Amino acid sequence: MLLIRCPYCGDRAEIEYANAGEAHIVRPADPMAVSDEEWAQYLYMRDNPKGLIAERWRHSHGCGRFFNAIRDTRTDRFVMTYEMGQPRPTIDSEAAAEAAR
Amino acid sequence: MQKFSALSLARQAIGGHLGWKPQWRSVAPKPAYDIVIVGGGGHGLGTAYYLARQHGLRNIAVIERGWLAGGNTARNTTIIRSNYLFDESSSYYEHSLKLWENLSQELNYNVMFSQRGCLMVAHTVHDVQSFKRHVHANRLNGIDNEWLTAEEAKEFCPPLNISPNIRYPVLGASLQRRAGTARHDAVAWGFARAASDLGVDIIENCEVTGIMRAPTGEVTGINTTRGDIRTGKIGVSVAGHSSVVLGMAGIRLPLQSNPLQALVSEPVKPAFPTIVMSNTIHAYISQSDKGEMVIGAGTDSYVSYTQRGGLHIPAHTLEAICELFPMFRRLRMLRSWGGITDNTPDRSPITAKTSIPGLYVNCGWGTGGFKATPGAANLFAWTIARNEPHPINAPFTIERFRDGVMIDEAAAAAVAH
Repeated sequence: MLLIRCPYCGDRAEIEYANAGEAHIVRPADPMAVSDEEWAQYLYMRDNPKGLIAERWRHSHGCGRFFNAIRDTRTDRFVMTYEMGQPRPTIDSEAAAEAAR
Repeated sequence: MQKFSALSLARQAIGGHLGWKPQWRSVAPKPAYDIVIVGGGGHGLGTAYYLARQHGLRNIAVIERGWLAGGNTARNTTIIRSNYLFDESSSYYEHSLKLWENLSQELNYNVMFSQRGCLMVAHTVHDVQSFKRHVHANRLNGIDNEWLTAEEAKEFCPPLNISPNIRYPVLGASLQRRAGTARHDAVAWGFARAASDLGVDIIENCEVTGIMRAPTGEVTGINTTRGDIRTGKIGVSVAGHSSVVLGMAGIRLPLQSNPLQALVSEPVKPAFPTIVMSNTIHAYISQSDKGEMVIGAGTDSYVSYTQRGGLHIPAHTLEAICELFPMFRRLRMLRSWGGITDNTPDRSPITAKTSIPGLYVNCGWGTGGFKATPGAANLFAWTIARNEPHPINAPFTIERFRDGVMIDEAAAAAVAH
């Protein structure tokens, strides 16, 4: 089970959380103005990366708040978690190598 | 190819079994092939076999990053059934089930297909309504499926606990009698042996690192860890790594790769006559010929390529198993593992051409690809050979997500399946 750091509550066990998929996917401001292709990209197409992923978690059995995390999908090690609304942080190569270890 | 028969077994027994030869040729990659299949699991090997057998193509390679059938082919719970709700899905899975029924004879290799039936247990009024709808839909499509009361289900599977006092009492069950299990390795080995005999090159320890394209867009070959291979057609059949391989050609897929865990108990004497699935409390169980109880757990919720997951997922399944089958409470678990499943939003697969000429994909089988092995391989081969889908797999495109033509087995089953 993963140990996940909620930015508001600290380290808690994975069972307190719900994963909410890839982060930083922006809903088109005017859905009627985009093509079917662009709408499908927003709704369904995913990067599904093997390596660092930015993903959303919700501390559903804790504070109830959403936050984002950077994790390496090859090892499941977290690099960091950060609050909603912040841009995707740049991860230095040292931290990325540590997560891939 | 050495044919297996009672006579050949007897002859080899007299010779001390020293006369057996390798089941398939071990070869180094040639510089060019007509078709390269990426992924040496059951689906990929089967695709190569059907390309050679049914479409008369010979200059084919299957390349595999690790060893044959070491991915999800070796990691599933070997359940084979075709009782899916929608016409598109049930005809695809039924096509596969029909191929399973004759596969051992076709390949001259015992895949140990055992049609022991699959009991899907209903615990709520919603389950009852949903499963009865499945039964009716299947029967309208000529696929066997029947409704059993709780008592009839217990008669079919005596270990089942139908006491009204458990947390989610058994209200009934649907039964597909033609469903069953097969020996997972044998399927891959049987396809590999038959394909190799037809001239297909099977290349292990060969990882794809890039997809080569012409300036006009079509594929011209692949880069691998064992050198470049030129080819005009690439069939990608790599399950959990589909996003990674197609990403090399710039294609995004509607996939999320999640670990799915399974486990087996210590081997015991024959004690379990069928397959029981409970979607609602999430437990899948059958008994292997070795005697182990083979138990399927749920998917972990996050994207991962680790082939492992959290212990709370199988623990949850075992709680359900102990409630449904109290006689297994003292059974010890021997091994657990995970596989990387490629899940689509509607939980139906993709077997289709891509937007790039010469690039084909068979993916999105998620948590249920083993049952489809011969069917998917057969139709993927058709799609590659003719550059157009067979009517059965025509609805299973990538574009259905753009066009909104889902085959929503996710909603039909309400869980991973």
